[in-house]
Amino acid sequence: MAQEDTNIIDQPEVIRHKMVTVEIAGKKYEVPEGITIIKALWYSGQEVVRGAGCLGGFCGACAAYYRTKDDPKVRTCLACQMAVQDGMSITMMPPFPARKATYDIQTLKDPKQDLFNLYPEAPLCRNCNACTEACPQKIDVREGVWKAVFGDFKSVSEMFMDCVMCGMCTPVCIADIAPNLVALYVSRAQGAHFTEKPLGLDARIKEIQDGRFDDEWATILKMSEKELADHCATVK
Amino acid sequence: MDVHALQQIVHGTRDARRKQTLPKFSPADRDQLIHKYHPDYRERAYRPIRFGPNGGDKTVVELASLLEGDSSIADEFDLTADYTTDVLVVGGGGAGCAAALHAHTSGAKVILATKLRLGDSNSVMAQGGMQISVAPGDSPVTHFVDTLKGGHMQNDHQLLKVMVEEGPSIAKWLLSLGVLFDRDGDGNLHVKKGGGSSKPRLLTCSDYTGLEIMRVLKDEVLNQNIQLLEFCAAVELTSDEKGNCTGAIFKDLDNHRHVVVAAKSVILATGGIGRLHIQGFPTSNHYGATGDGLCLAYRLGAKLTQIDTFQYHPSGAVYPEQLIGALVTEGIRSEGGHLVNAKGERFVNELDTRDVVSSSIIRECEEGRGIRTMSGRVGVWLDTPLLDAEHGPGTLEKHFPAMMLQFDRFGIDISKDPVLIYPTLHYQNGGVKIDTNSETNVHNLFVAGEASGGLHGRNRLMGNSLLDLMVFGKRSGLTAAVRAAAMPQGKLTVGHLKGFRAEAKKHGSSNGIVSPMILPAYTRKES
Ligand SMILES: Cc1cc2nc3c(=O)[nH]c(=O)nc-3n(C[C@H](O)[C@H](O)[C@H](O)COP(=O)(O)OP(=O)(O)OC[C@H]3O[C@@H](n4cnc5c(N)ncnc54)[C@H](O)[C@@H]3O)c2cc1C
Ligand code: SF4
Ligand code: SF4
Ligand code: FES
Repeated sequence: MAQEDTNIIDQPEVIRHKMVTVEIAGKKYEVPEGITIIKALWYSGQEVVRGAGCLGGFCGACAAYYRTKDDPKVRTCLACQMAVQDGMSITMMPPFPARKATYDIQTLKDPKQDLFNLYPEAPLCRNCNACTEACPQKIDVREGVWKAVFGDFKSVSEMFMDCVMCGMCTPVCIADIAPNLVALYVSRAQGAHFTEKPLGLDARIKEIQDGRFDDEWATILKMSEKELADHCATVK
Repeated sequence: MDVHALQQIVHGTRDARRKQTLPKFSPADRDQLIHKYHPDYRERAYRPIRFGPNGGDKTVVELASLLEGDSSIADEFDLTADYTTDVLVVGGGGAGCAAALHAHTSGAKVILATKLRLGDSNSVMAQGGMQISVAPGDSPVTHFVDTLKGGHMQNDHQLLKVMVEEGPSIAKWLLSLGVLFDRDGDGNLHVKKGGGSSKPRLLTCSDYTGLEIMRVLKDEVLNQNIQLLEFCAAVELTSDEKGNCTGAIFKDLDNHRHVVVAAKSVILATGGIGRLHIQGFPTSNHYGATGDGLCLAYRLGAKLTQIDTFQYHPSGAVYPEQLIGALVTEGIRSEGGHLVNAKGERFVNELDTRDVVSSSIIRECEEGRGIRTMSGRVGVWLDTPLLDAEHGPGTLEKHFPAMMLQFDRFGIDISKDPVLIYPTLHYQNGGVKIDTNSETNVHNLFVAGEASGGLHGRNRLMGNSLLDLMVFGKRSGLTAAVRAAAMPQGKLTVGHLKGFRAEAKKHGSSNGIVSPMILPAYTRKES
């Protein structure tokens, strides 16, 4: 059936396939304007193994640095979520050897104090704000580090819900803090130790253990295919 | 026309639409719609698999050729083990992490090998939530019934009963590890209503449910010092003289060497198939979703089930170009977002099951009521600004921060402008057939998560996958660990390949394809 032509979105850049020049790890390539950086890597013939994961902006595997034409500022991005433009220079971030503390979250005695044993560098933040500027998820990372140190675990857990663990906040830190790892510890401690236990959940688990649904199960599992289908149709 | 001009019809009809209620389709209408428009019913896309455990069964051509594909491992391959373990988990998504943690906790030595980094998976992307019947008015039985309905009554009852009954204890486990599920004012778990469910049952961590769960599980895997082999792709399984599974062969993607792992049990948690781009569909899946586990298990003789049915998520982004295929969470529709065609009309109850909603979107587009982009794609509007209109300004920002940010990167404010969507290849409904301990018909070969099949029937209900991962990850891990304590390590051979290759030859199938695929071939070759 014919489609009314009035229902077409203009996307001149797509239809004309305008090519732009970008620099990937120091080499120049021509790629179609507007594709994502990851697609530009593929387009320029590179095999991508490290540097791509979910391709949806959630895993942080594609952390990258970029600079736009004539701008001295080097910025960070998730390469699967960033469109290329003419004159852009791009480099993927290599894995960074940050130290992760190990702990047993369930048996911590005093999680707020333990923070200082696990991450003794956390209180040494020098407020340079580089971590916040480096975060592609726009988290106020510096603020989060301070809140962690002051024991406001709840705020930290809310602020870092967007954290994709790309680690871009870490290489820039002059105090050798890995803010995302600190925040992860803090968020888990918040969940495991400082959040109310949901009473309804325990009640439901007990109901199941006590066989409260056994009769209903017995009825359902006895039904013929037809009876079951009819029963299902009554549930709206 | 300018995109904003086209969007006017959505803004203009919003108030009128808010007063409307659309009934769900009757079972007969629903069947008719699906048969006519759902991609699962495109005959041309299917063919019978020529040989192997599912010889004669139909599946999509993309998958059939991989299942019939040859192994990269030669018969005389040197099978000296580089590592030896009780339990080998293949795949670092939700199912793999859950399996590894539970096996480790019960005292087994565990190795977790994965193709990309730990956690790079579909699991991190789950936004909509996880179905668990925790609310007072709900029950595991209702969860069971809703899922059956969604799955067209084709779900394996035993698997399903196990899943819904173990749900609440899984929620407790995750909470004890520090997962921050959304709460109600009284401290109870907040539940949202998902498409196809009769009761609100979705547990969420704003729209980062998968990410939050995976951050915690990954951290826990590292804390427990479970041995990791990252950037290691499984390319073949090993078997003893009886055909039982005894380990796996990997390719290290950094140095291209092979790594042989001897294991008493293997748990495949390799996820789905989105990157096969079945029928040319874009996909919401991660880079490594290439159906590797299906090929590996199939060559070793494991039976697959319901591999002729796939889930096309109704709302994949169509515009802007950079986000094509990316998922627009179903949460938007759960909270009342309308689907609107080019004429400004709603055309389906937005909370119907995914197959129904997808089919109706395809119908609108095929019948000329879609909106086309200049790159030749077509879609319908999802009225996102409606959520702010309905529940107050800031609703989208508060409930869907991930989605706001995703579109904001391309200059689109979804609280002001509706988004254009079309179905995207999302989930493999079927997979390797398993029992309630997640074991296949091949002894000591377990499959957990999206790679397994039977539980979801012919259409997975939203939010049931995350629960599936946790429940069957756990069951496979526990069963494998207990069994390992009482058995010796079997011999490592690739004897099964002999039979498979003979079969292939007999059926004239030397299609030249080597499987598993490992990564999709997106790199542009010299022209
Ligand atoms: C965008 C999106 C949103 C979703 N939202 C929801 C939701 O809200 N609720 C819900 O319940 N479900 C949702 N789903 C479905 C759900 O997330 C997936 O089905 C689930 O995460 C699959 O988990 P898994 O552990 O089986 O596989 P995955 O999480 O995909 O993990 C598979 C792992 O195996 C690895 N692997 C693959 N092949 C090999 C190999 N050959 N060797 C070694 N390793 C290998 C991969 O790299 C990966 O680490 C969503 C899916 C997507 C894509
Ligand atoms: S906080 Fe750090 S790890 Fe998390 S998203 Fe921001 S830069 Fe990445
Ligand atoms: S980069 Fe380090 S020192 Fe600077 S503000 Fe962030 S945490 Fe503090
Ligand atoms: S590949 Fe996962 S965030 Fe880009």
